[in-house]
Amino acid sequence: MPFCPGCGDRILLRLILTAIDELKLNMGDMLFVSGIGCAAWIPSPHFNADTLHTLHGRAIAFATGAKMFNPKLKVMVISGDGDLADIGGNHLIHAARRNIDLAVICANNMVYGQTGGQVAATASKGILTATTTAGNYYRPFDLCKLVNAAGATYAARYSVTQSTLLISSIKKALQTEGFSFIEVISPCPTQFGRRNQLDTPKATFKFFEDRLITKEDAEGLSPQELEDRIITGEFSNGRS
Amino acid sequence: MVLKEMKSTLPPGSYYFSGNEAAAEGAIAAQCGYYGGYPITPSSELMHRIASRFRETGGVFMQMEDELASICSVIGAAWAGARAMTATSGPGFSLMQEAISYAIMTETPIVIVDIQRVGPSTGQATRPGSGDMMQAKWGSHGDREVIAISPWSVQEMYDQTINAFNLAERYRVPVILLSDEAIAHLRERMEVRERITIFNRRKEKGAPPFGAGDDGVPPMPAFGEGERLLVTASTHTEYGIRKTDDPLVQAKLSARLHNKIVHKREDIIEYEKYHMEDAEVVVIAYGFTARSSLFAVEKLRQEGKKVGMIRLKTIWPFADRLIRNLGAEAKKIFVPEMNMGQMAGEIMKYTPCEVISFSQTNGEAIYPHTIMEQLGRLL
Repeated sequence: MPFCPGCGDRILLRLILTAIDELKLNMGDMLFVSGIGCAAWIPSPHFNADTLHTLHGRAIAFATGAKMFNPKLKVMVISGDGDLADIGGNHLIHAARRNIDLAVICANNMVYGQTGGQVAATASKGILTATTTAGNYYRPFDLCKLVNAAGATYAARYSVTQSTLLISSIKKALQTEGFSFIEVISPCPTQFGRRNQLDTPKATFKFFEDRLITKEDAEGLSPQELEDRIITGEFSNGRS
Repeated sequence: MVLKEMKSTLPPGSYYFSGNEAAAEGAIAAQCGYYGGYPITPSSELMHRIASRFRETGGVFMQMEDELASICSVIGAAWAGARAMTATSGPGFSLMQEAISYAIMTETPIVIVDIQRVGPSTGQATRPGSGDMMQAKWGSHGDREVIAISPWSVQEMYDQTINAFNLAERYRVPVILLSDEAIAHLRERMEVRERITIFNRRKEKGAPPFGAGDDGVPPMPAFGEGERLLVTASTHTEYGIRKTDDPLVQAKLSARLHNKIVHKREDIIEYEKYHMEDAEVVVIAYGFTARSSLFAVEKLRQEGKKVGMIRLKTIWPFADRLIRNLGAEAKKIFVPEMNMGQMAGEIMKYTPCEVISFSQTNGEAIYPHTIMEQLGRLL
């Protein structure tokens, strides 16, 4: 597999397949759609199913066409944060608005890993990347809030280090009718880690693990206390 | 290659349609099952008709958030088994180019109707132009063999849309209908025949979905058929496996994508000849301009002038052999266009004959008297 040693996507790949296996879903009924980037390589060419490797940012648009024409296909979109939320941002929010029956897995490493570690819209302030050598200036998206505001039925955030919770969440996304979105913290030791003086995969993972906080623990904390924290859990859209 | 005769979707007879309406009906007649589009003047009426007619025919209509989403959803639907299309105008067509490149590389059959308007850029939304002739051929990075057709009547907006679907399915390639605002908004009588011929995509279970087939065109499977397809626009093998480190794989793929159209161009290319028997000056025209050209040519023939006309119905692949063989007959070739000589340049490539490019880019159709005046100077 083409993932770097220590890449979070390796783990995510296994967790996705485990979830599908536990649900006893038939891979023959599934369609996996991905964009361009490291995470887009999770299903294509590795999954023994119909896979559609598309253009940068457009996975959700391709997936919408396939799903709307043949609703019998069980469609999962697997791609990275830059792909889905930067260049693909418009398609992401519209699919959420339309509540298209898709399960979207967004592997978030805060950078464009495949092209050399440029900053992505999910990067925390101050992060060093190939294009933010003085530290990232802009705020990141909160993708779960974004897709919920747009109309998603299910939105959750977990790290690849929370395997049980993440598998359970993936299963839920696959079984939910409507637009399901899971932001997966999937660290990139090669591009993100090294530039931020996290010289090993272990150090890179620790960087993210230290920031993780459950939704329950985050309750009652001030915005200042929550700055740089990554809140995990399932997030209600406030409508149901 | 399965040609299927079917009953028309409209009761046979005469209809008074606009070009946009006729193209929509042509798509329905061709069994279009998915339309993903975005509004843009002067193509929107086509989309409106599809949106309401699909409720009767059971087709899937999606108004997407932009042209990129539209064309991408069309490609996704095509791979899910749909005969899929979109319609747009110049600026929207520009946005679709990357995805068209994807469709070429993955050999996805799709139809794109481009109702050209005055450009560049926003230009004049409600006025005709022919500025996308080269964009249809070379609009995206990399080499590109597409099929592009230029209808000149409301009847052809109907017939050539059906033809476009058939060609797309036959050659597994995007087919572009290069129309313009004048034809799209023109209302004319057209005939719907009792039966039409539809080309159904070739299926062959287990066959390589990106392999040569008998004539360079692979069968077209769909998602959900148990083929476990691997579709990617990276350089790939016959089974779709990405292989970007092997020059032989890329050379083979590149050649096949090129040859499957270029080697079959004599089967694809259509044109019409008028008064060519002893023509010394040949007008080569297409689309709306061809209507004015024919009127001018026939008027001049009545005056005894030795002028003829060729109407290009197919723009791409280009009718190079036709042009090469012209040299013997004609002394001068006159090419009136609503652009700065995009096709005149292409014609010049293939003939030593003098080619006079006449450009009118003021947003008005070229009138017959204008062509007559210009031809008068040559005769």
